[in-house]
Amino acid sequence: MKYHSVIVVGGGLAGLRAAIEINKKNMTVGLISKIHPIRSHSIAAQGGVNAALNNHHRGYYDSIEKHAFDTIKGSDYLADQKAALKMTSNAPERIYEMESWGCPFSRTPEGKIAQRPFGGAGFPRTCYSADKTGHMMLHTLYETAVRFETQNERNEMTIYDEWFVTRLIVDNDVCRGVIAINIAKGELEVFRSEAVIWATGGTGRVYGKTSNAYSNTGWGMAVPYYEGIGIKDLEFIQFHPTELITNNVLITEGARGEGGYLVNNKGERFLANYPDSSKALEVAPRDIVARNMKREILEGRGINDKYIGLDLRHLGAKRILERLPGIRMHSIHFAGVDPINDFIPVAPGQHYTMGGINVNETTGCEVKGFYAAGECSCISVHGANRLGGNSLLETITFGKIAGDEAANYVSAGGSSPVNASIYDKILSEEEAKINDLLNSKGKEAHPKIRSEMNNIMDEKAGIFREAKTLKEGLDEIMALKEKYPNIKLLSSNKKANFELLDAIQLKGSLDMAEIILKGALNREESRGSHFRTDFPKRNDEKYLKHTVAKWNGKTADLSYKEVDISIYEPKERKY
Amino acid sequence: MSNIKTFKVFRFDPEKDKKPRFETYKVEWKSGQTVLDGLNYIRDNIDGSLAYRSSCREGVCGSCAMHINGKYCLACEQQLKELSDTITIRPLANLEVIKDLFVDMAPFWKKYKAIKPYLIGKESSTGKERIQSQDERAHLDKVIDCVLCASCYAACGMNAIDPEYLGPAALSKVNRFFLDSRDSAKEERLAMVANDHGVFRCHTMFNCQIVCPKEVDPTANISNLKRNIIASQMSGKLSKKGV
Repeated sequence: MKYHSVIVVGGGLAGLRAAIEINKKNMTVGLISKIHPIRSHSIAAQGGVNAALNNHHRGYYDSIEKHAFDTIKGSDYLADQKAALKMTSNAPERIYEMESWGCPFSRTPEGKIAQRPFGGAGFPRTCYSADKTGHMMLHTLYETAVRFETQNERNEMTIYDEWFVTRLIVDNDVCRGVIAINIAKGELEVFRSEAVIWATGGTGRVYGKTSNAYSNTGWGMAVPYYEGIGIKDLEFIQFHPTELITNNVLITEGARGEGGYLVNNKGERFLANYPDSSKALEVAPRDIVARNMKREILEGRGINDKYIGLDLRHLGAKRILERLPGIRMHSIHFAGVDPINDFIPVAPGQHYTMGGINVNETTGCEVKGFYAAGECSCISVHGANRLGGNSLLETITFGKIAGDEAANYVSAGGSSPVNASIYDKILSEEEAKINDLLNSKGKEAHPKIRSEMNNIMDEKAGIFREAKTLKEGLDEIMALKEKYPNIKLLSSNKKANFELLDAIQLKGSLDMAEIILKGALNREESRGSHFRTDFPKRNDEKYLKHTVAKWNGKTADLSYKEVDISIYEPKERKY
Repeated sequence: MSNIKTFKVFRFDPEKDKKPRFETYKVEWKSGQTVLDGLNYIRDNIDGSLAYRSSCREGVCGSCAMHINGKYCLACEQQLKELSDTITIRPLANLEVIKDLFVDMAPFWKKYKAIKPYLIGKESSTGKERIQSQDERAHLDKVIDCVLCASCYAACGMNAIDPEYLGPAALSKVNRFFLDSRDSAKEERLAMVANDHGVFRCHTMFNCQIVCPKEVDPTANISNLKRNIIASQMSGKLSKKGV
């Protein structure tokens, strides 16, 4: 059995930032991650991170309030407004801190942190490092974590990389630690702690057409869900406008921020033809651009009936090489196209999970000692549609806040001691589950269930939704859930068994898919990324509220929760 | 062109097997698919016990470096259409095999951690960012793109014969901070690697330069450190002891 004052689960930006904060307060922290922290999906973020720094010559009048307003308007008024303002108020300090820790941001001619325009933002406020901002930030935070880990005068930070968490230990609404498998050895172990911070990322891989890494299975959200913690607003799935049509690799919004055009098969910048994007064109928010691209394709104006052209040629080779070198290489590697000479073939695809673990603006919830931050959480700052550049910001602002809150909780004494026998009991339950999976007599192939789930979600929970297909999709997912207990693994060894991890996580993916479909079916309105062709208008009277899904032991029960609209009055969204 | 590729994959479980072997798998493929897609097909449909790392599938997370038809590269970036009908896959060298293509990265990370891989510098006095000119920032281009995939570490002949040698990735990271105008520990960084297990173990074989999937060019980074160490020694700032 291992012990740390605080356990952090997940080694991406939010998890690392939380772990650093706890260690700064001289408290022991164990960071558990199923992949090495440097492999986390934060690394794939490209375009940048928002903060009202006023560094751009057109950003002089920007402010944290305007950043908050843009975030709230972008969210189609489903964000909790005080939480959004908390994030934007903390933004400049967090960005300067990243710089002080060595993050190699691109620079303005005056040598300040460079900022670029992004969708839905009133000013150029997206700080960037070429088009590899997530990579630079993740390396910087890992480097900082190593600094804390290797400095002897500090209290201990231990990074458990390639440990996979199977269970959150909650007893009488108090969080007591986790159970995790050492992947290389295949052995389960108990991690006791006073508090747990959850930072496991999104659930993009329930879809097939997604920009997300294989790691983003949704298992991270499912584990606390199974312990009774709610999942909020999961029907709000962001479809990024520009993913490569070949394999859905992301092409940054920064490509449009830098001046790229989206064109149809007539060579038209068609966004001008739609009232909600006629002014902002390519830098309208993602939900609007993605929808209008999909409309063009459905109405026969897609190129080869399949995709839209992202044209950067007019920017010139110098600017592409300087500002967008990463997506140029992606286009060359995965689509065989060099954007200097040709347009990039793109279409919208799943990209981000606005919803997630139901926590408040302190990152806490009804379970004492449990905190969540980053994409796995729903605070909610993104509401029904996240603005580009706000996800990286959310990880470092709320990662720090989660660290603070957990450390304060532990310093104040945490919770009363628990009978140690619960650990042995839960460990044997987990061991039994794994043995059952490895020795299952079933017949179902789990990769087949996964690919069926992917198809259902792509087809029936996509950009345009309606009652009939959502209902069909839900029935089909429920049928797959019935099959799941009969899955059969090809291999039964415990050691370094990646198939076992896939099979375990599939259960979580199916339960997250169910919540997405149920929430989408129940929400008879169109708001942000959730567009119902049968209810094309936003309906504040009935649906200006958060969906909360709770696990009843078999399926999800939905209820609803107030939205904080204490600062700005909801209005119609136009760009 | 055949629509079947034959994957010859290195298999080894040191706890069970007396020696490694190659298993052969037939994989149906289409244009646009990568070696990683092929491995995923094998694990999902033929042999679930095949062990390898993967995550981003877009060449940015650095998980899936392996030896494919004679060269280290990222499996997720290697298109199948560019390879022969038979594809031979081995794990990264110079690191112990845990199982199949899944190697123990601990020595690689240990060396990374040993070189103080973080900025050591004065905080800004304004509470805002430190000023760094665009030219100063441009010095960091390329070297900051390293994804720590360990292709260079596996390809390096010196890592093969000297287990203590820091290796191309860790040394490039030293140069990354040495080149940063904001870093104030330059002499300390040079002293740290001016020894037999540091830059002077590099014999400039260019293997790391050839295999790096991100064009970081570790050889050039190591050479820059060597040049600066020698200049520092000539000017008496750095002792020659131990060289």
